Amino acid sequence: MSAVLELDRLSLSFGGLRALSELDLQVGEREVVSVIGPNGAGKTTVFNVITGVYEPSAGDVRFAAQPGSAESIAGRPPHAVARLGIARTFQTLRLFMNMSVLENVMAATYGGTRAMPWESVLRLPRARREEREARALAEDVLSFFGQRLAGYRWDQPAYSLSYANRRRLEIARALATKPKLLLLDEPAAGMNPAETHEITELIGRLCDEREVAILVIEHDMHVVSGCSDRVVALDHGVKIAEGTFDAVANHPAVVEAYMGRHPEDLAGAE
Amino acid sequence: MSVDPQGPKVGADEWVARQTHRREYLPSWLGNAQRAGERIGWWPRLAIAGLAGLALPLLGLGGFQLQVGIDALVIALLAVGLNIVVGWAGLLDLGYVAFFGFGAYGFALLSSSQLGANGIHLPYWLSLPIVMVGAALLGLAVGLPSRRLLGDYLAIVTLFLGEAFVEFTNNVAPSKLGGPNGITGIDPIQAFGVQLLTNTSYYYLLVIVLVVTMAVLRLLEYSRTGRAWRAVREDPLAAAAMTIPVNRVKLSAFACAAMVAALAGTIFAAQQASVFPTDFDTPILILIYAGLILGGTGSIAGAATGALVVMVIYDGLLRSPAEASVLFYGLGLLTLLAKVRPWRRLGLVLAATVVLGYAAHAIAAAISSSAVATGPQSGGWLGDGLRDWIIVPANPQTAGNVGFVVLVCLAITLAQVKGRWRTILLVPTIYLAAFVWETRLVVEPSITRQLMIGAILIVMMIARPQGLLGQPRVEVAT
Repeated sequence: MSAVLELDRLSLSFGGLRALSELDLQVGEREVVSVIGPNGAGKTTVFNVITGVYEPSAGDVRFAAQPGSAESIAGRPPHAVARLGIARTFQTLRLFMNMSVLENVMAATYGGTRAMPWESVLRLPRARREEREARALAEDVLSFFGQRLAGYRWDQPAYSLSYANRRRLEIARALATKPKLLLLDEPAAGMNPAETHEITELIGRLCDEREVAILVIEHDMHVVSGCSDRVVALDHGVKIAEGTFDAVANHPAVVEAYMGRHPEDLAGAE
Repeated sequence: MSVDPQGPKVGADEWVARQTHRREYLPSWLGNAQRAGERIGWWPRLAIAGLAGLALPLLGLGGFQLQVGIDALVIALLAVGLNIVVGWAGLLDLGYVAFFGFGAYGFALLSSSQLGANGIHLPYWLSLPIVMVGAALLGLAVGLPSRRLLGDYLAIVTLFLGEAFVEFTNNVAPSKLGGPNGITGIDPIQAFGVQLLTNTSYYYLLVIVLVVTMAVLRLLEYSRTGRAWRAVREDPLAAAAMTIPVNRVKLSAFACAAMVAALAGTIFAAQQASVFPTDFDTPILILIYAGLILGGTGSIAGAATGALVVMVIYDGLLRSPAEASVLFYGLGLLTLLAKVRPWRRLGLVLAATVVLGYAAHAIAAAISSSAVATGPQSGGWLGDGLRDWIIVPANPQTAGNVGFVVLVCLAITLAQVKGRWRTILLVPTIYLAAFVWETRLVVEPSITRQLMIGAILIVMMIARPQGLLGQPRVEVAT
């Protein structure tokens, strides 16, 4: 299986703090990989390095926009990374709150369009065609969420949406960049059990219908077990386990990272 | 959860959506007119406003009124341009007025005897593109700090650049730029054998230019570029993650705003036939911002309307004491109407104020005739009406100065007390305000009009923080 994304001995330090050290990670075509780990393990930092917000101190990030054409993207600015085909959502929602739902999604088509300002003003053919296509794409990705983001909501400002719908809109906006790889940062945070279940289903559908590979950070183990092909556990910026959900969930290092050591083990160690 | 085929469920989400969507309409036929107005598209509305503007001189405007109209239109054009960078891209650019100056000086140099032996006298169709391209390049240069500087830092650096322009024109190459004496004898706008010589023609030109600029910007607002500008304002990090090159988009906003400002500058220079460094100093910047904020940041129609309102009040009404007084008392009465409730309390306050005035006037007149020697300074029918109500002593200046200090103290006290005492104190405060107005403020229009614009902005902030035509916005701390 060819890898869409490959992290090669990736390290990142802030001063003396090693946020990530020598992290290896691969995401294959149409694969769903979950990243788990306790708070402060460096999960979101991995996303920030992949999307170009941070430049890695050492190691490399390689991305294959087409199969077999992997190139290094470490150090590229975020918008260039996004254009290559890596889209993300944010742990703390970052929507364009005062823009309408439709505009939120259409704004993400910027990189895929070329019309210059004067073309838009004069309504030249290219601008009109691109505008039509952007709108069609926006309606298409919004319709992926069924009735949730349908019809009359398109023209309402994003701030009028409920929390769950804001999360959905963020995913729709990310899809509008036509990604090969989607990074979801805690998509089920703050959702109720029914909505959480829906997210699990959604991740599967994204993978099947939109043909994207997905790297997802999630704390909810129902979601992780329900959607992942593979699970990677991080602690203090180091990969401590990798494999199927069951293997990782029962891995002693993972149990220790979440629960601490068993008292008897501690006693035995002395 | 599967998708519900029957449409969205009515839940908390739905309720929020409907509540936000529910707009407040005015009662009765006004509400119907409002709804009918909203059904009209943007360009017919703009065309109607433009035609109304073109028809205005047919009512027979005097020379002064026409000049106020021209000044207002220039500031409106500037406000519409400022809206690009401040309202859409969310960059607080305090050096904006320098682009206005650049346009004016650029046009002046290309259309006068300043440069070379015989001077340069380019036709407008040639000088305008040169100046606008130059302004766009300058806009890119001034916008460069916005790559690194955020918020307050960008504001202060651009303010510095704006002031640098004034210093530059004051001190560099006085033989060419004229130093403090500016450049005079600038050609009128001339192109294709037509020369614009009268103020009326400049008025028409400005109305047309403003309407065309607003149409162009409206087409930009809902295009790829406009969406990118607003996305960068809302959340730069998210915008970058959504394929938008944040720095380039910010620079393009600076350049577009600079071009609009330079366009306004060329017309301003041609109409005045002279430019001076002081024309492009901070007071103009404040007026542009006042117009934009009053009208509604982020709205093209708001920016233009706000600037026109501010300028007509500032430049037109507040110059004559009689008209300024109507505005002062009208605004005061409106504020009382809006803020003092219930009606019984409002009636009591107004009645008490009237009684207090006549009683005070009668007592003062009985004690000494010099205490009421000077009549109200506002003049006109309002002054006649207030003759027996307000005390204006023989030496109004000193009394007015003292009254002003007491008024400030009284206003501060008023803000501290509550309940009955506030109602009681309100009466002497209103009377004292009228006293200070009649003795001192009304005869100092240059200071008073700035105070009045400030007061109008404060009232607007309380009554309608999004401005006249702006949309309410949520600010999200990130």
